[in-house]
Amino acid sequence: MLTFTLRRLLLAIPILLVISLVIFLLVDLAPGSPMAEIPLTVPPDVRQKMIEALGADQPVFVRYLLWLKQFFWIEPMTLYDGWFGTSIVEGQQRILSWQSRSPVFTIIGQRLPQTLIVVGTAYLVGIMIALPIGIYSAYRQYSFFDQVGTLFAMIGFSVPTFFSGTLLIIIFAVWLGWFPTKYDTMLEVTDWQSFLQQVKQMALPVMTLGLANAATISRYMRSSMLDNMTMDYVRTARAKGMDEKVVVLRHVLRNSLIPVVTVIALGIPSIFGGAIITENLFGVNGIGAALIGAIHANDLPMVQTLAFIFAVLIVLFNLIADILYGLLDPRIRYD
Amino acid sequence: MPDGALPVLDVRGLKTVFRTRGGEVHAVNSVSFMLRPGELLGVVGESGSGKSVTMMSLIGLLPSPPAEVRAGQVMLGDRDLLKIGPRALQDVRGAKVGFVFQDPMTSLNPVFTVGSQIMEPLMRHMGMNRAEARKRATELLALVGIPDAQKRLKAYPHQFSGGMRQRVMIAIALACDPDVLIADEPTTALDVTIQAQIIELVKDLRQKLGMAIIWITHDLGVIAGIADRVMVMYGGQVVEQAPVAELFADPRHPYTRALLKTIPSLTGERGARLQVIEGQPPIMTAEPVACPFRARCAHAFARCEAENPQRRAVDDRPVGLGHDVACHWSPEGV
Repeated sequence: MLTFTLRRLLLAIPILLVISLVIFLLVDLAPGSPMAEIPLTVPPDVRQKMIEALGADQPVFVRYLLWLKQFFWIEPMTLYDGWFGTSIVEGQQRILSWQSRSPVFTIIGQRLPQTLIVVGTAYLVGIMIALPIGIYSAYRQYSFFDQVGTLFAMIGFSVPTFFSGTLLIIIFAVWLGWFPTKYDTMLEVTDWQSFLQQVKQMALPVMTLGLANAATISRYMRSSMLDNMTMDYVRTARAKGMDEKVVVLRHVLRNSLIPVVTVIALGIPSIFGGAIITENLFGVNGIGAALIGAIHANDLPMVQTLAFIFAVLIVLFNLIADILYGLLDPRIRYD
Repeated sequence: MPDGALPVLDVRGLKTVFRTRGGEVHAVNSVSFMLRPGELLGVVGESGSGKSVTMMSLIGLLPSPPAEVRAGQVMLGDRDLLKIGPRALQDVRGAKVGFVFQDPMTSLNPVFTVGSQIMEPLMRHMGMNRAEARKRATELLALVGIPDAQKRLKAYPHQFSGGMRQRVMIAIALACDPDVLIADEPTTALDVTIQAQIIELVKDLRQKLGMAIIWITHDLGVIAGIADRVMVMYGGQVVEQAPVAELFADPRHPYTRALLKTIPSLTGERGARLQVIEGQPPIMTAEPVACPFRARCAHAFARCEAENPQRRAVDDRPVGLGHDVACHWSPEGV
């Protein structure tokens, strides 16, 4: 397993280099200028100076290599310096956002927690709802419960979050007034009161995203359970006189979880990607909102860096899913 | 095996029906048989004759719905298994009645170790703790002829060959020292040499442990070698039943006779085509009112259409104890 992991990590390096180049070129070749949001009253020579100041006048390969150096050397070492008080890369230029002139990673550090709290909670809630529903739907296939579960999943699948989110706002915020319509990014949890307020403002975005997540995962869980329910080993377990609970929750579930865990692991990078629409709908100032803002402003370093971070996460969680697969299924050994 | 001993298992008038979209399928029709202590009863018949369904009905192993055991009595000792309810039936399965299935490649759970799968029924039925169960599981693995049992407990099923997996299945079935072992075509999925090994193993275990065995197969050659008594099934009912020697020496039912003719012979003229029984076994969509074999029977006559034959004794022993047959025709003439 260790050799497998190391081999995969080594293989990830050329993959990520190619991805970074593709992302960089794609974003760079897209039409648009970093001056798009600068007022037209600014004279051309000043504009030219501003572009030079940003380094945007350099040839694309120079900017690419510089970005690589910044991403893989300066940024990690800045973090290192920050932790241990050293000054290895002090004064060297970090990846700067063209839009705000502040380091991209500082912005990410501010935005990511918002996203992780809201989208991450929604993912967890989605999983916790989905697994029991999937298991019981499969155990009682075509029962009333299963039909309701299927309907619920269909709704979660097919209704876009901008609709379900708006609907939830109308019902729970406008009509019932239980939750606020807007997510307050500035709220700091210091005591019980503010914690309750945080839970309340998270409720609607978490419900919106959780429904969509639960729909997908419950369907995977259900079909995986159904695949295993008719296997011969289940009959063997029954023939041994095992309790139905043991048969279903030990023998069948353990086998059914293998593909589902993989699906869940592969979905985790999307948490970091944020939920662009939902974040915008509820005013969660997270990473998805940051990405949209950067795209509008032609903030190339920000877009390139974010896109590349997503690529790294996807490669990483693919590896994690493979490793989990090997851990969960004794028939799979990578060495 | 004393003739007068009380049967360990006494099945009477068992009827099992599958409810499907296309209507009901009567898979088991009034099957009666008994099993004496230490006896090996062979059950033969082609695919779809109701052998497996009968045995699975006994201990509630059929999924319900669609299966429904509609009538009958299954006495195990002094309890009727059809009446004791699902919880009590769980206590019987694996403890009093062991089951070995056809395909050892898929009958073991791939994600649990062989050891934990043998230990499960021990802890469930015998009240053993882990350590005791592990010790007993080691003994069981050794008993079914798996060398280095202690180490093998930690292995997963995929690390075992088909024959070894079937040995593990047998160890699981025998774990709680059952009164009855039901083996549902335990050698069909194995190649011939492994088949012989498993048969030897069962013979050997039977001598050591003395449980009664029901051996389902469509291989009459196997039956001839190990069974005490044979029950031939067709269309979900028992068509002939006799001590093994009598059945092979003097088959009475046209179906049994035809089955015996299908066994390829190692001697005699080569190149002759194997005998077959033309046609398909019937799918019983209603309770049979005529002989289910009539369409394929060389001896069928008017009465076979009009009346489903009851089992009748061929010798002077009562039906179920000696040689009996369910046929209107007899070799001596009607």
